Amino acid sequence: MEFLNYAFMQRALLAAVLVGITAPAIGIYLVQRRQALMGDGIGHVAMTGVGLGFLLSWSPVWMATLVSVLGAVFMELVRWYARTRGDIALAMLFYGGMAGGVMFINLTPGGSTSNLSSFLFGSLSTVSESDVTAICLLAAFVIVVTVGLRRQLFAVSQDEEFARVTGLPVRFLNLLTAVTAAVTVAVAMRVVGLLLVSALMVVPVAAAQQLTRSFAATFAIAVAIGVAVTIGGTVTSYYQDVPPGATIVLLTIGAFIALTVLATPLARRRARALAAAQPGGDPAECAIPASRSGGHGAVP
Amino acid sequence: MTTEPVISLRGVHAELGSRPVLRGIDLTVRHGEVVALLGANGSGKSTAVRSVIGQVPVTRGEIELFGTPRTRFREWARVGYVPQRTTAASGVPATVTEVVSSGRLARTRFGLFRKADREAVRRALDLVGMADRAKDSVDALSGGQHQRVLIARALAAAPELLIMDEPMAGVDLASQEVLAETLRRQVVAGATVLLVLHELGPLEPLIDRAVVLRDGCVLHDGAPPKAVGQHALPGHDHVHPHAPAGTEPIRTGLLS
Repeated sequence: MEFLNYAFMQRALLAAVLVGITAPAIGIYLVQRRQALMGDGIGHVAMTGVGLGFLLSWSPVWMATLVSVLGAVFMELVRWYARTRGDIALAMLFYGGMAGGVMFINLTPGGSTSNLSSFLFGSLSTVSESDVTAICLLAAFVIVVTVGLRRQLFAVSQDEEFARVTGLPVRFLNLLTAVTAAVTVAVAMRVVGLLLVSALMVVPVAAAQQLTRSFAATFAIAVAIGVAVTIGGTVTSYYQDVPPGATIVLLTIGAFIALTVLATPLARRRARALAAAQPGGDPAECAIPASRSGGHGAVP
Repeated sequence: MTTEPVISLRGVHAELGSRPVLRGIDLTVRHGEVVALLGANGSGKSTAVRSVIGQVPVTRGEIELFGTPRTRFREWARVGYVPQRTTAASGVPATVTEVVSSGRLARTRFGLFRKADREAVRRALDLVGMADRAKDSVDALSGGQHQRVLIARALAAAPELLIMDEPMAGVDLASQEVLAETLRRQVVAGATVLLVLHELGPLEPLIDRAVVLRDGCVLHDGAPPKAVGQHALPGHDHVHPHAPAGTEPIRTGLLS
């Protein structure tokens, strides 16, 4: 545990834990709405924010927050108004965001694309004091929204039309989901990097689903997986000198595979228990009375 | 019993894309009435109920709910909506209780659930005979059980008006009987009901009035038409293989 003696590791671990909580917490709603790749799109847009931060000598984390929130709002507006051509508009936004980031960073005196790489793939040693403050504030916002409004966000993500008929402010909640996803991208940028952030939003949720039947349990297990892999990945990265973002994502995928393998016998046992609990219910297998069945392959 | 109109449509026109689907329909549902909206595929019956709940923009005409113009209507807790059932599952597992709880949000403040809200959810599940499946995943349910869950979700807010879009479509016989009984009890308790049906079926004894649509116009408004000939046989499954596919796109609302 000697890594805890280093200030940069303390900062990195705090950031990692917050990423592990927030990314699956908003990711579960994106997965529920079948917008699993939204985080990836926002990650591309955030590159322009990082580039602008370098160019204007402002905090890249806050600039990335600002630009990705604007991008997320734009994506929601596209979803409302431009149904058919929406994907083209989104493609332009994503690649424009990426190109903007590369352009701005190269316009910065002494800047080059190599400055960008720690933001693309994550880096522990560069998490500064001010980054940690920003990450704590942004993570608090994400947790308040995803936990405090869980019933509303669940209802809207489950069935948008029904949510509207219950009088929920559906447009506002959709916008809030998009903005919260954008904020999460900025939180996760330093640890896992912009290109890998979406994995941490989606894969822990997919892994948790292998074991669960309820939304609440999926939420809790996904966050637990998120925290476990971000801490595990950060510590591994310290000892082995491997990039943290890639380590965390590979660990998450490993967790998904392990849980999938583990879940197969569990699902079988559950199905048997269900069949046993319902003696009057449908039998698990077809039982055609012998007098009516004409043997294999016979067509009546 | 008052005769105040709960739903009132006057000269309503609506379009999907640029194709006119409703061409000036009038429809009044009074307090305590059970009205069935009938018609072939593409006749506009789904669009008509979806215009009532504000899911389809109205190009001309007026809609009132409980005497208030629909655009200014805010008391959504008084309305229980059962959408057409979809097979599209959500991306994350959810239990029966979690889904039904969504229906209670209209009666809560900021989505905070009190004891009374949890009891209302349990009561709604009891009404449709799904209390024993409360903790099961909705993905594990049959079509009929899923439909019962959607009705429980609508009943969780104890609405005065129930709007149901094809509640019997793809529902097994056992569930159809449960649904008919649930609906009967709601009607006895004073609920007003507007339902889209493909045929009257087991709900026939409950229905006060039938409105038949054809090509976006009201063809008949009065006593429920009596089924004749082969249609009257029990268990007759009314299928229209000749109906052009996709005349009325099924819009689920489960994220398009």
